[in-house]
Amino acid sequence: MSDSPSNPTPDSTTAARSPTNLRAEVDRLIGEGALAVAGRRLAELWRRDPASGTASFVTARIDALRDHVLRDQLTLPKFKLAILRSFTVEPIVPLLRAEAFAYGIDLEVHVGDFNCYVQEMLDQQSSLYRFAPNAVVLAIRTDQAAPELWRDFADLAPEAVQQAAARVVRGYEQWISAFRRNSQAALIVHSLERPSSPGLGVLDDQTEAGQSGVVREINRELQHIAARFHGVYTLDYDALVARHGSEHWHDERKWLTTRLPIAAAYLLPMAREWMRFVAPLSGRAAKVLAVDLDNTLWGGVIGEDGMSGIKVGPEYPGAAYQALQRTLLDLSRRGILLAISSKNNLDDAMEALEKHPGMLVRAQHFAALRINWTDKAQNLREIAEELNVGIDALAFLDDNPFEREQVRASLPEVTVIDLPKNPLEYASAVRNCAAFERLTLSAEDRQRTEMYAAQKQRAGAEQNFQSKEDFFRYLEQEAELEPVSELTLARVAQLTQKTNQFNLTTRRYTEPEIAELAAKPDWHIFSIRVRDRFGDHGLVGVAIAHDEGEQCEVDTFLLSCRVIGRTVETALLAHLAESAGQRGRKRLVGWFLPTKKNAPARDFYLQHGFERQEANGAGSLWVLDLNSSTLRPPDWIKLRVTTEAGPGGKN
Amino acid sequence: MTASTFEQVRSVASDIFGIPADRITAESSPETIENWDSMQHLNLVLAVEEKFGVQLDPEDIEKMKNIGAVAELVEKLQSATR
Repeated sequence: MSDSPSNPTPDSTTAARSPTNLRAEVDRLIGEGALAVAGRRLAELWRRDPASGTASFVTARIDALRDHVLRDQLTLPKFKLAILRSFTVEPIVPLLRAEAFAYGIDLEVHVGDFNCYVQEMLDQQSSLYRFAPNAVVLAIRTDQAAPELWRDFADLAPEAVQQAAARVVRGYEQWISAFRRNSQAALIVHSLERPSSPGLGVLDDQTEAGQSGVVREINRELQHIAARFHGVYTLDYDALVARHGSEHWHDERKWLTTRLPIAAAYLLPMAREWMRFVAPLSGRAAKVLAVDLDNTLWGGVIGEDGMSGIKVGPEYPGAAYQALQRTLLDLSRRGILLAISSKNNLDDAMEALEKHPGMLVRAQHFAALRINWTDKAQNLREIAEELNVGIDALAFLDDNPFEREQVRASLPEVTVIDLPKNPLEYASAVRNCAAFERLTLSAEDRQRTEMYAAQKQRAGAEQNFQSKEDFFRYLEQEAELEPVSELTLARVAQLTQKTNQFNLTTRRYTEPEIAELAAKPDWHIFSIRVRDRFGDHGLVGVAIAHDEGEQCEVDTFLLSCRVIGRTVETALLAHLAESAGQRGRKRLVGWFLPTKKNAPARDFYLQHGFERQEANGAGSLWVLDLNSSTLRPPDWIKLRVTTEAGPGGKN
Repeated sequence: MTASTFEQVRSVASDIFGIPADRITAESSPETIENWDSMQHLNLVLAVEEKFGVQLDPEDIEKMKNIGAVAELVEKLQSATR
């Protein structure tokens, strides 16, 4: 807990920045108006010296940054948290705000009056509701929530114990349902701590109805109540105290003199526990974790130490790396995608990933691989793009402080995890990162993991077939083609904005623009939805065409990279040709406009019998004669076509 | 009272009270530091306990009349645990 300079700093740039120097630097930068850099240094100060004193310094500077007129330099998302309590929490607030700041959240905290939580939740006009919080913590100690069970347990007959427990549960139920009527905010309810020294000694644990057992029973009921209300969660306070050790956690002297029950050294763990709720509630959730390989996923350097030299396995020291790998697999079960960003020769790395007997994570657990000698920031940008997530949805795990510093400097939105020196502490460093917490697991989260797993299966299946055609038949693809509708408008616009690789013209459209085009009688907008034996890809392709005289021009033609090369594109193009013919057009024409990224689409028209009509600096124009064309959808795709005739549809 | 303990206490006090360390002396007290109220006193106690790994008794806390007294108290507690 102390800030003694026991951790030797790894590279000269950070070594120059002692906590004292950082404080001076932050104040200088704020004075100069360089707020973005000041914010980064402030977060660095907090990471290097997370202590009570530092928290006071950091929160004072957050307020100074916020007061500056130059708002746009520092656009942190705001989050308002209220704490209702039966004990002193004020000294924890600066620690919590500093911690939130390091996660990129500007946290405003309102602390309810001492032991006034009931009135505050019941009274619609209370300061709690006037504060309009995004989330509320209800932190009540057992001695306050259930005084008779805590103090006078030995005096109570078994029926009286049950009545007291029922009264406690009923109280919570009433407060929580009143809270839900008055506010839409999330509610985090501390469960009750069990007595560390029950009055009956070891006898207490010999019956479920002992003092400890009754508190456990109340906690189970609290979970049931929380599950009945949307946005109500429990925080397992008993487990939190146990994790740190009850005898260390408590400070009886402070409790008796200041009503602060938690010892100075454990105020930070309390703040961090709250942060595990604040991070997912405020949307600060990492969706992808990109990991390094050498000395992170395994011990040693594969390119130098070789397969027999790297350390990963059930024994020390390889066990530390297995523990980390198990933690990574846990994250993937929460719907967090794993990726690799490492500087290695691809063959060396793949051999270890696929063949090393000690490895628990394998190549197929990773949704994206960047194993090369490019700088990590660039690789992270590519991973975000490939997996269709924002840069701020990335987390980065690397043992090398230099790489971490480089990523922080060029991509400040990325959650960078500071790995400790000792590999035995790697797993807990990842587990303690609040950005990986989830309060619910949505259907999309589960589906995302499945989708990528199915993708890997497809890739595996492909290798077992003699011909491409056999593979396509094996896939049992089904495609649904339909005109854009209210339901698909948003996804269609999103695909035009996001798709870079298989995109012939890369024209970007907003939702209203798509709606406007769809309303024109001579414009036709189709979407394609694809499913195969391994799973549902969802809506993955868009074609936009418009009729002009004897020809129909393809304005936009794109396909998500997930389904490229499985002949879905041929089916979509054939449908465009067929429907244009039915409308009496003689030719289908389309531009290919090259960009840095759409090389996969370059020969698309050529491969489908189009002839090049003209070329200019922007691209090439291709034409297909619809009378002589043999373009047909592949017979291995089961195609369902919905025509445009419908309510509000066109001919 | 050694210089280094005093320096460290002074830097903690600088963070807590939000004033530059060089404006804090051994004589600085609730009378001279404007926002040294009872809540800040608790924050100072907690920061000192955390930083030096000591626990202060209620009687000790009452004796923390100025910054110099805090530093002396820390040294006394540290030598007692050695």
